[in-house]
Amino acid sequence: MKRATLWRIGLLAAAVAGLEILCLAGAIDRLTMQPPHRMAVDLVRLLAGGALNAAILKTLGNAALAVVIAMVVGVAAAVALHRLPSFRRLLDPLFATYYAVPMFAFYPLLVVLFGLGDTPQIFIGAMLAVVAVIVNTLNGLDRIPKVLLKTARVNRLSPWETAVRITLPCAAPYILGAAKLAVAYALIGIIGAEFIMSTSGMGYEISYAYTNFDNATMYPLIILILAVSIAVNTLLARWERALMVRRGLA
Amino acid sequence: MTAAKKVQIATVAPKVHVSLGAVDKEFAQPGRPGEIVHALGPVDLDLRQGEFFAVVGPSGCGKSTLLELVAGLSTATRGEVAFEGRPIHGRIPDGIGVVFQEDASFPWLSVHDNIAFGLRRMKIDRAERERRIGVALDMMGLSAFARSFPAQLSGGMRQRVCIARTLVTEPRLILLDEPFGALDQQTRLLMGDEVLNLWRKTGATVLLITHSLDEAALLADRIGVMSARPGRLIDIVETGWPRDRDSRIAQEEAFGAITARLWRLLRGESLKAMGKVGGET
Ligand SMILES: Nc1ncnc2c1ncn2[C@@H]1O[C@H](COP(=O)(O)OP(=O)(O)OP(=O)(O)O)[C@@H](O)[C@H]1O
Ligand SMILES: [Mg+2]
Repeated sequence: MKRATLWRIGLLAAAVAGLEILCLAGAIDRLTMQPPHRMAVDLVRLLAGGALNAAILKTLGNAALAVVIAMVVGVAAAVALHRLPSFRRLLDPLFATYYAVPMFAFYPLLVVLFGLGDTPQIFIGAMLAVVAVIVNTLNGLDRIPKVLLKTARVNRLSPWETAVRITLPCAAPYILGAAKLAVAYALIGIIGAEFIMSTSGMGYEISYAYTNFDNATMYPLIILILAVSIAVNTLLARWERALMVRRGLA
Repeated sequence: MTAAKKVQIATVAPKVHVSLGAVDKEFAQPGRPGEIVHALGPVDLDLRQGEFFAVVGPSGCGKSTLLELVAGLSTATRGEVAFEGRPIHGRIPDGIGVVFQEDASFPWLSVHDNIAFGLRRMKIDRAERERRIGVALDMMGLSAFARSFPAQLSGGMRQRVCIARTLVTEPRLILLDEPFGALDQQTRLLMGDEVLNLWRKTGATVLLITHSLDEAALLADRIGVMSARPGRLIDIVETGWPRDRDSRIAQEEAFGAITARLWRLLRGESLKAMGKVGGET
């Protein structure tokens, strides 16, 4: 293992150990935070008990759906915009200011439009993620050497074949980068939406546990979200790195 | 036209495979409206079916521009380019293979898959495909690197991957833009022999752009000598080599005479291209 990795693990372990000591010593009272070992035990109990499994599955399922939608729509939109530079210039200001708009302000409107089911939540997760996917994918497409596109043309590839056989494989590391962001944004969107206006899902359960001082539920759920998000991100980062290594870029 | 008449035409005189008629290419300068760069022309040139034609000329004289016009990758500002009797209007015809001056290997594909790229689109079965790839790998000295990725190869090896990728599809017209630029002199000679072999075997027409007067004199039937930008053909030199030649003709007297003649033609143009005053002879 690399030195930096060892240091990282060491620092993390020290932080957790420090927290544990502060909690056990009573410097942090139990109503504020549980000692870390307690959170771990509670998490196992929570998952084994199964009472919240439906909520967990719902949230993660919706997040996965939002990621898939954002990736498909985002990558397709990026490929299209890459071929239509004037249209792209038109939309550039929108992309530049997109994340300055507090998406959640529109949530009530989405509920009016889509009803109280899962749809507005998935929608907001996908909406948050999609522009990050478009911007990252476009960045990758911009870096494709011109000579590869010329090669596609002399091989008489159709626009579809060019996308599938040249541009997307060439931009693959950037698309994986986009996927990492999409996962993060989709989780933010969906859990945020569940917090605000929903009667189920992990976001709702965390908020419910919080208002009831139920730390034995709240902290494990937070940790579970952290773990899922970090695990997915790490996997994608690995994959991205493997591609970069193959291309001599890492 | 009736079939009988077509055959008759084909048997008269050497067939013209590619023809350029009064072709000019000008480029607009992005950000400087109104200003244009006259890169090439006017050029009149007929490539005969199955001939090996080389183009030499000073750097920046429009050689790559010429190649892109013939490939159909760009359209002439004036004049017309025709391939197999049909004008090319920015629509790329079938049967043309190009090796570009820049590295065009696909970094996400192994050497084997790079070479397979064009073949995958042709309707040939797997066994034949693998056979051709094997031959190409062998010919380019890349057999030991079939599973490697371009990033793990040297520049010259990557260039050989691109040459192999183009040649395996057996195009009827092969356009080569400084294909041996990244190779050492010895490898250049050997690669040249391989291209000659393939040219003989397939009967393809070859247009080779090169910096090297030796290479042009060694490989080509005819050599077009271009002026400084805007590039025009100032002369066409016939080498008169037999069809079954190889790099050993470098020892012949005629070879020295050809390169000397090329250099006489080019010295002044090269000085002009460098922005210095041109010498006459
Ligand atoms: N896309 C372009 N836009 C504007 N000018 C161009 C473009 N492509 C080529 N030119 C100009 O046309 C001229 C000829 O370029 P070209 O690449 O054909 O030269 P070349 O003979 O291939 O040179 P070299 O031997 O160095 O490869 C150059 O002066 C170049 O600046
Ligand atoms: Mg060039």
